[in-house]
Amino acid sequence: MDGEELTEQETQLYDRQIRVWGADAQRRLSKAHVLVCGIKGAVAEFCKNIVLAGIGSLTLVDNRLVTEEALSANFLLPPDEGVFAGKTVAELCCDSLKDFNPMVRVSVDRGELSSFDEEFLKTFDVIVVSCCSLAEKKSVNEKCRNLPKRISFYTVDCRDSCGEIFVDLQHYTYAKKKLEDTVECQLSYPSFEEAISVPWKAHPRRVSKLFYALRVIEKFEEAEGRNPGETTISDLPRVLKLKKELCESQSLNEAHIPNALLERLVTNSKEFPPVCAIIGGILGQEVIKAISGKGDPLKNFFYFDAVDGKGVIEDISSKP
Amino acid sequence: MASQQHLSTIKGAKVLMVGAGGIGCELLKTLALSGFQDIHIIDMDTIEVSNLNRQFLFRKSHVGQSKAKVARDAVLRFRPHVSITSYHANVKNQEFNVDFFKQFSVVLNGLDNLDARRHVNRLCLAAEIPLVESGTTGFLGQVTVHVKGKTECYECQPKPAPKTYPVCTITSTPSKFVHCIVWAKDLLFVKLFGDKNQENDLNVRSSDPASSSDHAEDVFELKKDETIEQYGRRVFDHVFGYNIEVALSNEDTWKNRNKPRPIYIRDILPEEPTNQNGNMDKICATDEQSLISAMTSIGMKNPQEIWSLMENSRIFTEAIVLFFTKRKKDVGNLSFDKDDQLAVEFVTAAANIRAASFGIPMHSLFESKGIAGNIVHAVATTNAIIAGLIVVEAIKVLQNDLNKYRMTYCLEHPSRKMLLMPVEPFEPNKSCYVCSETPLSLEINTSHAKLRDFVEKIVKAKLGMNFPLIMHGASLLYEVGDDLDEDMVANYAANLEKVLSELPSPVVSGTILSVEDLQQELSCSINIKHRDEFDEEKEPDGMVLSGWQQTTLEKGDSSKTSLGNGESTSKALPSTTDANKNDDADIVASGTKRKLEEASSGVDASSSANEANSLKKLEVLDDDNDLVVLDDDGDLVTNKKKRLQ
Repeated sequence: MDGEELTEQETQLYDRQIRVWGADAQRRLSKAHVLVCGIKGAVAEFCKNIVLAGIGSLTLVDNRLVTEEALSANFLLPPDEGVFAGKTVAELCCDSLKDFNPMVRVSVDRGELSSFDEEFLKTFDVIVVSCCSLAEKKSVNEKCRNLPKRISFYTVDCRDSCGEIFVDLQHYTYAKKKLEDTVECQLSYPSFEEAISVPWKAHPRRVSKLFYALRVIEKFEEAEGRNPGETTISDLPRVLKLKKELCESQSLNEAHIPNALLERLVTNSKEFPPVCAIIGGILGQEVIKAISGKGDPLKNFFYFDAVDGKGVIEDISSKP
Repeated sequence: MASQQHLSTIKGAKVLMVGAGGIGCELLKTLALSGFQDIHIIDMDTIEVSNLNRQFLFRKSHVGQSKAKVARDAVLRFRPHVSITSYHANVKNQEFNVDFFKQFSVVLNGLDNLDARRHVNRLCLAAEIPLVESGTTGFLGQVTVHVKGKTECYECQPKPAPKTYPVCTITSTPSKFVHCIVWAKDLLFVKLFGDKNQENDLNVRSSDPASSSDHAEDVFELKKDETIEQYGRRVFDHVFGYNIEVALSNEDTWKNRNKPRPIYIRDILPEEPTNQNGNMDKICATDEQSLISAMTSIGMKNPQEIWSLMENSRIFTEAIVLFFTKRKKDVGNLSFDKDDQLAVEFVTAAANIRAASFGIPMHSLFESKGIAGNIVHAVATTNAIIAGLIVVEAIKVLQNDLNKYRMTYCLEHPSRKMLLMPVEPFEPNKSCYVCSETPLSLEINTSHAKLRDFVEKIVKAKLGMNFPLIMHGASLLYEVGDDLDEDMVANYAANLEKVLSELPSPVVSGTILSVEDLQQELSCSINIKHRDEFDEEKEPDGMVLSGWQQTTLEKGDSSKTSLGNGESTSKALPSTTDANKNDDADIVASGTKRKLEEASSGVDASSSANEANSLKKLEVLDDDNDLVVLDDDGDLVTNKKKRLQ
């Protein structure tokens, strides 16, 4: 692309993956800056994947102190209290990640997601948010879209044996191999708010039940002022009531959102490590595709549930 | 999923992991995070720099150490209370016998070669322990479940054979760069730096065989009165000049082909380098093998760039000089190794010069290394996803949830909206010689073939046995083991050299041989049928085993084979020493996967009219809980839960 060559050290370290995506994708990766907010199991997996891949820099935001819960699916945190006492999740993850690949700059920002302004956000090429409220997701996504520079925006969350990824690449151009030729393709993405506002009636047929179930829970948490994942079995009756209301107003058959699924998601909001590995792996691949401009990117939701074992892409965009 | 019941199943399980590489690192981490308490891990490999981009438990300071041990130590740092036992050993060692396997609740494979996969499959069948098998290459991957009597075993489906090229394509009529690479590494490299006594087809046969063989006698020997530089230039002219002229004299060969161009070194590097001392001094400072490089001594750095014919020629001659001066003791017993920098440089240069001669595009060192070393593309993300899927499947197996077992494919392009596609496992193949008792049959010339041929070409190469025991009725013809007394060893050695029909207990048409591997606890019967003649080209082994299948990787290659009319020799030449040994996986290319890819690409090609059939199937879907099943033709079929029930 721009004539700069990979160093001998880079060629040696990245040998096997350069054979997958080529030397110029590797150069683009090494110039990309990624911001992640909220580091639980799936995001820890994602961070590991892109640090190994050799991105330019990774900035971590998570000011929580380490708790039993934070430790559960996150292998970046040392379990020894003597080590983690007094440090934030982001600081501890930073120490582990630096070790994975000395060629990547990993750092911590102590700000809060809701207070990040456009000046700060525009220093990144990719932003991934996790375990934050619906309002925060919408607001960060909007800020990204207001910038003159295109930023790839992702949300990711895992609960029980399920996971969801949302992707907004705005207006995105990429190269696609067709037989021997490389053709240029374009895609237009809706924002998170636009995507979840598409009337359910207007959806394509047979959208994953996880899409609907997670919208119900998201609505419930917002209405009750809960932090993401802060639900218990005792919330189930009200969650089911909300589901009924939403299905009625959106004219969706209630059977599309099985009560058993909602029960699983409400009672067990903890992450399941194998699902974190799967979701963090898919997200890593998508971010690498978006940075390198190579290969069909996911548009615009991805779902995985270990119970049926399917990893499904859903395209939910407002029709022009 | 993570209910109390699950957790107690997980906590009580004893797990054996085979492989601590790309998938292994991810798997060990995910198992520990998921709550597994007792994990054993076997890997014979040590850590290399090119592992570090994905095998995240390893650091640069660990290069050279045991993968299994370093992986264990790294995971204990974030999960100190898990019991992890590491073995720096080959899973095929005798210590890992059926009794060893029997102590585990489930075996999880993260292997890189067909041989070890087959071996573990057999031990799992013998020990009746469920096996979760996996593989990745690039963005593709798969996880399969093998439970004796319930689902197919790893060997129920035919596995791809190493790719081979007809000898004449390699020696006389290359048409692709890979042919030039095979020539450079399996013929020229071996001729110059390997075992001189090995049979080698390097020299083309001219129309006058006498003169060519005379000429070939001494051409690769360093003469007393020449310098190594002169020797290198002479070899250059012989293989790229003289040999091409000889080939050109065989006019029939070139009727339908572009003629190659002989290349002589005087036209490319007109002056013999008079002063190599400057370079030599520089290199003398470094005696470590990995630092001896023709690129360095010539001042070239970028492995991604394609060298000119002149640069290739300089690398070629310089590499010969370096081998004969700095690595003199290796010369005579080298075989190509993708991690040997100087060997890769030599092979790249030689392949490129040959390519130039035949009008084939040249390639960079980086690309050549990939082709010559059969390097499999590997990224961290696919391994992480596959490891997650292995754990999901392992938990089902531990809970005996037979109806929920799935084989899962990780795809690069979505098929029916899916990137991760679960498929119902197949029932055991009733004619599988590994997990059923179907006899095999072998056509062989019993009055010519020796027992050794049978052992090498059938028992070891095809049936994959390590410690075979061969019986005819009650009499033992052959066995391998540590505890044999001298008499028996001598007796078996003598039997090996005997023709089948002249063995103490003669093997003739109609004989049923029983072949066993005591370690794998695998035994099968082979019905012997005598046959006089075999087609040298189609049946190069001189024997045909049936009831045992092997597919070839590239269907299209057969048309190329038939073009090789210029030469009489056409026996198959294995393209590489280790086509089955990939960095992470090879099973993605297996029969099942191929079927799936054909089927799913059909679904993808929505624009193509002749795929209407697949599209119709896509429309029929209605039930939300449908499940994808592959039928015998490899078509995707839904809602037919016929396989397991």
